[in-house]
Amino acid sequence: MVTSLRVMLLGIVFLLVAGCGYNVMQQNEEAVKAAWGDVEATYQRRNDLIPNLVETVKAYAKFEQDTLTQVIEARAKVGTVQMSKDTLDDPKKLEEFQSAQNSMSSALSRLLVVVEKYPELKANQNFMDLQHQLEGTENRINVARTRYNKSVETFNGSIRTFPNNLTNKILLHLKPKEPFKAAPGAEKAPQVKF
Amino acid sequence: MKKAVASCFVVLLFLPIYSEAAQVPALRGYVNDYGDMISPSVEADLAGKLKTFEETDSTQLVVLTVPSLEGDPVEDYSIRVAEAWKLGQKRKDNGILFLVSREDRKMRIEVGRGLEGKLTDLTAGRIIDLVVKPKFKAEDYDGGFTAGVSALIDATRGEFTADRKTPSGGLEPYAPSAGGLSPMLLLLIQLVFFVFFIALARSRARRRRGIRRGGPWGGYLPFPGGSSEGGWSTRGGGDSGSDSGGGFSGGGGDFGGGGASGDW
Repeated sequence: MVTSLRVMLLGIVFLLVAGCGYNVMQQNEEAVKAAWGDVEATYQRRNDLIPNLVETVKAYAKFEQDTLTQVIEARAKVGTVQMSKDTLDDPKKLEEFQSAQNSMSSALSRLLVVVEKYPELKANQNFMDLQHQLEGTENRINVARTRYNKSVETFNGSIRTFPNNLTNKILLHLKPKEPFKAAPGAEKAPQVKF
Repeated sequence: MKKAVASCFVVLLFLPIYSEAAQVPALRGYVNDYGDMISPSVEADLAGKLKTFEETDSTQLVVLTVPSLEGDPVEDYSIRVAEAWKLGQKRKDNGILFLVSREDRKMRIEVGRGLEGKLTDLTAGRIIDLVVKPKFKAEDYDGGFTAGVSALIDATRGEFTADRKTPSGGLEPYAPSAGGLSPMLLLLIQLVFFVFFIALARSRARRRRGIRRGGPWGGYLPFPGGSSEGGWSTRGGGDSGSDSGGGFSGGGGDFGGGGASGDW
């Protein structure tokens, strides 16, 4: 009888440990990392589209060297900013990443404004296809960023609330993750309207 | 008492869904013509076609028309609907939402993650530009929907096949195994922990006053109702659309923002 009581007690202790959020916090952190993976993949996808876009535009808009160069430079810069899953709690790193991507976005939107002057380019099937792909990619970036921010919100909430904060302080030592901040004008995808 | 607890749980389950997506209409079937753009005969025809398609390919393609987007960008609205309806089968993520807004003259094809390889943004864009748009421009909405749905079916046919015959549309082939397995697994895990605790308790007891044989089970169940809760949550994930409308629901598919938009 005493033994079975003890077993029950131990069971309750186990439930308490499980109830103080140890597993939940770990799961939430993994969710943040997974969401970040999507963000990276969508930005990469945009980057992969750019050489094609530049080539297509070049064929029609020879006089827009400046704008094209800006796009190429922005792309090169984005390539140098590496952001790994394990540095998501570093606000500086994310800021760097974000500003590189933002300059990419603005270079792209400038290019797409310039393109307005070239009706043959706009009617080019290749360019119209690229336009769809670019639109789709911008949309994916938005979706991935929103989901990442949501997962960060959940994670940060879970490490700050009681009793999880105690568990975190004693056992896990997880730091809050950085969400994307809406930079003025950068939150909206560049207008890809023609 | 049990009923009261169960109903409390149900209420809790549905609360976040209602508050999150206030504007998302109920999923009524394959064709949800809230915008009143499709004639009844064509609607029935499309619904039949889409039902057959889901039965053979398990890909869930749903048409939604709305009167207006009320100022939302079409992309935002469509991902919200897709997330709420969870079109496509779980893990296959093979849902497609074809959304048209009458007053905004805008449309979007939202593509589930599992179909992004076959129905790329490009293909979706071409279907909008070359198949649907010309018909919509000529005010031939019935023709546009018919042609668009056919093109979408053609583009995605063969990417997935149904695992099992689903008698009524929208049944998820993975659900039975998931619903049946997870409580079993839970029990197994509980058992492992239980044995572990017993061993622990025994070793302690041994240290104090020698081994004592005897069943320490004592009718004690570690997680009463654990398995039934597991059943609830998986079901909630599956048919969170609305199964009041004749049993039609999404299967739990995931969307990542793929697809294309257009106007006419």
